[in-house]
Amino acid sequence: MSTKKFMYLNRKAPYGTVYALESLEVVLIAAAFEQDVSLAFIDDGVYQIVEGQNTDGIGMKNFSKTFHALGDYDINQLYVSAESLEERGLSADDLMPLIYEDEDDDWAEKPSVKIVSNAELSKLMSDQDVCLSF
Amino acid sequence: MKISIQINEGPYQHQASDTAYQFAKAAIAKGHEIFRVFFYHDGVDNATRFTVPPQDDRHIVNNWASLDIKNAEGEPELVVCIAAALRRGLVDDSEAQKNGIEGNNIHPAFRISGLGQLIEAGIQSDRLVVFGD
Repeated sequence: MSTKKFMYLNRKAPYGTVYALESLEVVLIAAAFEQDVSLAFIDDGVYQIVEGQNTDGIGMKNFSKTFHALGDYDINQLYVSAESLEERGLSADDLMPLIYEDEDDDWAEKPSVKIVSNAELSKLMSDQDVCLSF
Repeated sequence: MKISIQINEGPYQHQASDTAYQFAKAAIAKGHEIFRVFFYHDGVDNATRFTVPPQDDRHIVNNWASLDIKNAEGEPELVVCIAAALRRGLVDDSEAQKNGIEGNNIHPAFRISGLGQLIEAGIQSDRLVVFGD
């Protein structure tokens, strides 16, 4: 099977609607297809990877821990919109420290998250074969 | 061109399914191939055969069924995500039995399958077009 560049655009807050959870389910399945997978977090989607999520009060599953597993599935290109963070008063320090082990560099732990401008994101999106928007 | 479609919203509540249907119909009329239509999120509700709209309104489920989108083996290529469907109370015969539920509500022009079918559609098609919010 051929390899294509897949980008998953996460645009919505994690618990108000089911889009974020079901997007993550697609990403985990996609890992088995050995495609070039990246994720982008835009608009309220940046809240999906904010550190310290606690859903006790709303009776919903806290699926934020699943993002930590992405590195083990060779999914280590997570792009976050700098503008979306700033508009919400967030910075890189508010995000979960998501990492992967680089097999080409003696399994050194490296950050998966890259904060990029919307202009850079736009360029990344135009480089993709498939953009799935959630 | 080989085109696949992803639909993320339920019928009547949202325009996504209607627009996707018009798009698919127009693409087929122009000689394009619809490889697969994948129903995800509330989009799975487009596949229940229990849908009964008022008589003067369009029947979205039957509209999709009328496109008769099938593969070479004759299986429907209107594909409903199994995880999203079960969460929302849509079952076919096999899932009903597995989960001890009586009856089933998937329209026979559709079939239930896994998310891998969406990824495969992205790989196999020239374009994957997403309809939704």
